Amino acid sequence: MGLKQNLHKLKLKYEGKKMAPAFNALHTFLYSPNETTHSGSHIRAVDDLKRTMNTVILALVPCLLFGIFNAGYQHYLATGEIEAAAGFFSTNFWNWDNFAMGAWTVLPLVVVSYGVGLLVEFIFAVIKGHEVEEGYLVTGMLVPLIVPIDIPLWMLAVAVVFGVVIGKEVFGGTGMNILNPALTIRAFLFFAYPTWMSGDKVWVHQAVERAGTPDAISGETILGSYAQNATVDYDYMDMFLGFIPGSVGETSKLLIIFGALFLIFTKIGSWRIILSTLVGALVMGLIFNGVVDAGWIDNTSKFYGLMSVPFWQHLIIGSILFGAVYMATDPVTASQTNKGKYIYGFLIGFISIMIRVFNPAYPEGGFLAILLMNVFAPTIDHYVVQGNVKRRMKRLKVKTA
Amino acid sequence: MSKDIRIKKGLDIRLVGKAEKTISEGPRSRTITIRPSDFHLVTPKMVVKEGAILQAGDELFYSKSQESIRFVSPVAGTLTEIKRGARRVITDLIIEADYNGGSKDFGSLSASASSDDVKQKLLSSGLWPFIKQRPYDVVANPNSEPKAIFISGMATAPLAADLNFTLAGKEKELQAAVTALSSLTAGSVHVSISGSESPFAGLSHIKTHVVKGPHPAGNVGTLINKLDPVNKGEVVWTVAAQDLVIIGELLLTGHFNPERIISVAGSSVKTPKYYKTIIGAEVATFAYDAGIEGENNRFISGDVLTGNKVDPKGALGYYANSFVAIPEGDDYEFFGWNKPVFDKISPSRALTFSWMQPKKRYDLDTNTNGEHRAFVVTGNYEEVFPLDIYPMQILKSCMVNDLDEMEALGMYEVAPEDFALTEFICVSKQPHQQIIREGLDLMYKEIG
Repeated sequence: MGLKQNLHKLKLKYEGKKMAPAFNALHTFLYSPNETTHSGSHIRAVDDLKRTMNTVILALVPCLLFGIFNAGYQHYLATGEIEAAAGFFSTNFWNWDNFAMGAWTVLPLVVVSYGVGLLVEFIFAVIKGHEVEEGYLVTGMLVPLIVPIDIPLWMLAVAVVFGVVIGKEVFGGTGMNILNPALTIRAFLFFAYPTWMSGDKVWVHQAVERAGTPDAISGETILGSYAQNATVDYDYMDMFLGFIPGSVGETSKLLIIFGALFLIFTKIGSWRIILSTLVGALVMGLIFNGVVDAGWIDNTSKFYGLMSVPFWQHLIIGSILFGAVYMATDPVTASQTNKGKYIYGFLIGFISIMIRVFNPAYPEGGFLAILLMNVFAPTIDHYVVQGNVKRRMKRLKVKTA
Repeated sequence: MSKDIRIKKGLDIRLVGKAEKTISEGPRSRTITIRPSDFHLVTPKMVVKEGAILQAGDELFYSKSQESIRFVSPVAGTLTEIKRGARRVITDLIIEADYNGGSKDFGSLSASASSDDVKQKLLSSGLWPFIKQRPYDVVANPNSEPKAIFISGMATAPLAADLNFTLAGKEKELQAAVTALSSLTAGSVHVSISGSESPFAGLSHIKTHVVKGPHPAGNVGTLINKLDPVNKGEVVWTVAAQDLVIIGELLLTGHFNPERIISVAGSSVKTPKYYKTIIGAEVATFAYDAGIEGENNRFISGDVLTGNKVDPKGALGYYANSFVAIPEGDDYEFFGWNKPVFDKISPSRALTFSWMQPKKRYDLDTNTNGEHRAFVVTGNYEEVFPLDIYPMQILKSCMVNDLDEMEALGMYEVAPEDFALTEFICVSKQPHQQIIREGLDLMYKEIG
């Protein structure tokens, strides 16, 4: 009981002071506030923004855990210290060495992402005198999952500051931003430090350091291999289960699907966006397959490798699935109308695969497609809402005519 | 004449403390309080002074902007006090009741009276404030021509009084009232009912519509939107069903009888049941007769979604036909934001488990369960909002005072009560009803 009373006294002491938002953020983390309804409805449902964001984080935890094991696994596999995993529960994958190595490399990313991001949020909240909003709780979790494992921590810190300030705070904070902050951070990293964000050396721990030495290891992603029209030496099951190189958290399609089901079941994630994104990706993939089948391009074309990927396989390589489930569904930057969500999602999937195929230099189009559609989401909403407005105008005209 | 309307979107909020269907009478209220704030945007002009001896039906004040709208004393007695608030705005008129003080006879009105006669009678006898209008959800302008009149004959709000029960046996009064009202509009008088058991079911001069589905199926706004939405330049009138009884009785007998049956409900009420009381009665007369658990409670005149907070020494509102007492929630909850919740209602399933027990009745308090935030989550309001309007977009247009956008998105059609459910489920804890009310007030001021 003591803690509750003491915190309450502190809250009263801080009330109206400059540091109040920072204190309240910590206080409400421990205790949901004692606020009662003042106007309108006297009762309120239990859901608040913290709970909503927390649900998304819960859905991300399996991806993070898998990413940690996979980081170690890919490293030891490349150095030849372990055999390839056979089956999802293989002890070649789920073992202490993999975890220790992965945790040593992944957890610093998480710590830097949260530490720097929340610090920026707190500073802005104190300066502008508003509450610390929960948006960054999810962003901070997403960021380590969508970067290459060996990204230097200072780069990540710079990118996080950029992403939170330019991507969010200048628009007025959570709820006002146009671009998904996590993707803004990734885009910043990609364009500022391209050598650390693509190529065949960044996806496996220590691959960069060892390059050029007798111990050199390589970790080309599947997309990279396809883009170079090279053969891919992973089977579909590896791609689906996630035993492949890639950004930290996006490799295991199985766990992403579980996360998606959890988000849809809890009604936090929009099934409309997830479904239409996947449909969009499949349609674009089918179109490219059709182009290859029709013989319009042959295997001398630089697009041939990715264009000839069976359409369904696009969903289990690269980050399209992760993007569809965790990124495209960000309610602030997505379309806000239900009809608009279908269009928004479809175009994300469609454009993702298009960029993936037509940009062999950097075959991962998901994040660019989502950022692009973030920009267009208000336009989509505008036209959807205009439909409702027009119906109302028409009703009036019928009456007066 | 009946056409079924089925609502799919909405949410039935089941709360503990539903009123049992027995009618009690508490002690008579010593004073009656009229709060001009119940009549939104009406600026009262007093015609009597403090200390005046009144009969039931004697005029207290009229509306400054619309002088023909008169407000009368519901009981005989002495006007003991005119309380004023900031900038000398009149907040409360307190009348010490004298139940033998007599009642003014306005004379009865025949069923075949002309529309002018009806209007005159309603205005002069102080019944007019029972008629409200949309757009703006204010007391109707007597000079406007309503295209139709809408009445909700069913209540779906949580713990609301069951109109089939409270209006039973009042068919004669209801018929007199709707007959008179039907002469005031070129269109029809539409009434939403729950089924053939409704006291409205057999009445003439009205069109009844059976409405099925979750709350807000019983809101008059839902009926309007589904039947004949308000376009720009049009006006519809709405009357609450319990007020029809008072209108009808005056037209039949000539006397203003403020009696009504209200439900006294809520989880803090020991024996929730119905009470026969009068407009403006002290809430203590029935609240403590039914018994109140504990000390720290919220008293609400009206229903829990749209009512007003009242002091334990306060009075029932002018329009209220229910009274609710629920516990105040001014306490912290350890890790309230992330632990699994079984005892509160949630529209989601984010470690909240109310979806597993759709029939369970919940004991909710007044805690907001979170802090105020910017709009973040999308698509959830649409799940509980049956009107053909984009709720979040119209709320945002109100917040930025964009009159053109408000008009285009359907502001003429809505009242704050239509946004009670979106407010209830709002993850960002935004005050939807207040936002809509302020938006309507702005429109009223700018467009009129």
